[in-house]
Amino acid sequence: MSSHRGESPDRLYVITSGRSSGADDSLDAVTLIVAECLPTQGMQSEHAEILRLCVSPMAVVEVAAHLRLPVTVVRILLTDLIDTGRVTARHPAPAPSPAHPLASPDVLEKVLVALHNL
Amino acid sequence: MHSTTSEPAPEPGTPPDGSASPLADSTEQALKIAVVGGFGVGKTTLVRSVSEIRPLTTEETMTRAGDGVDDLSGVEGKRTTTVAFDFGRITLDATSVLYLFGAPGQERFWFLWDRLFTGALGAVVLVDTRRLEDSFYAIDRLEAQGTPFIVAHNDFGDTEHTLDEVRSALDLDPAVPLVRCDARERESAKQVLIALVHHVCSLITRRAG
Ligand SMILES: Nc1nc2c(ncn2[C@@H]2O[C@H](COP(=O)(O)OP(=O)(O)OP(=O)(O)O)[C@@H](O)[C@H]2O)c(=O)[nH]1
Ligand SMILES: [Mg+2]
Repeated sequence: MSSHRGESPDRLYVITSGRSSGADDSLDAVTLIVAECLPTQGMQSEHAEILRLCVSPMAVVEVAAHLRLPVTVVRILLTDLIDTGRVTARHPAPAPSPAHPLASPDVLEKVLVALHNL
Repeated sequence: MHSTTSEPAPEPGTPPDGSASPLADSTEQALKIAVVGGFGVGKTTLVRSVSEIRPLTTEETMTRAGDGVDDLSGVEGKRTTTVAFDFGRITLDATSVLYLFGAPGQERFWFLWDRLFTGALGAVVLVDTRRLEDSFYAIDRLEAQGTPFIVAHNDFGDTEHTLDEVRSALDLDPAVPLVRCDARERESAKQVLIALVHHVCSLITRRAG
């Protein structure tokens, strides 16, 4: 299985330009990312790769899996692209939370129908 | 090796998998369900059985001392914990998709929950009667955090234990559904997810009533 487990820490450090934080906290694991432009020459290769992957909507974790990078690193990369308008984010809402742990009946009904049709 | 089918080399940037089924442009809403349990209990198998893509693996990292704060200082030499998890997905309709996560449920891996699974509509705790204790932490923790969940006994040919015995060995709240499954079977895996969604629905009804 592909893995960055043996990945040099230096490489992760370079990819994020040494940043350890600054990722957009609203970026959920299943926030859908959509590219708003094409990759350009000279763009950081990970950024270009994200733009190619997100021609169709793709969840943050799926982007991470394809880039073979930890989700934490990908959140930072995605935040760069969101801040510069190169991608947009479709956030999962309304999601269950500690205060409201149950999903809405509409959502559950939709899931049930799809599961029955599997 | 395969015969001489000439697969064109993938374009750079083409996903190694999932490329066959990109999400529709109209997809707006992603939901999630987490499948947690001990090692080798069948989490990946269950996800694979119902997923429209081959399960993808990725990792999340956390510094040992960290408490859920984004911190990659580990890359400068401090120790980090890295946990692998996998996931698949099911397209629900033109606007919604359900992501299914498979992840270890023991205490040292629970930071994944806070970082990735918050907002899940529910969870499945997958148990194996050979190592029931691997699931104790997940059950306690899901109860404590109020996440709706069911327990699924993945049947590895254990015909000795009835569901009632499993329930009492787990000291499971009578209100929590316990089902048996064969994670390798699509239909069986599907019924587990349906049981979870029914359970969430019944909690809503109970709360309203
Ligand atoms: N007999 C039987 N074997 C199963 C069943 N489910 C899974 N297995 C087998 O058990 C092994 C472990 O299954 P996995 O799906 O990899 O388990 P996992 O929980 O993802 O394991 P880790 O990710 O390594 O913790 C595999 O060889 C599966 O084929 C089942 O219902 N019955
Ligand atoms: Mg697995």
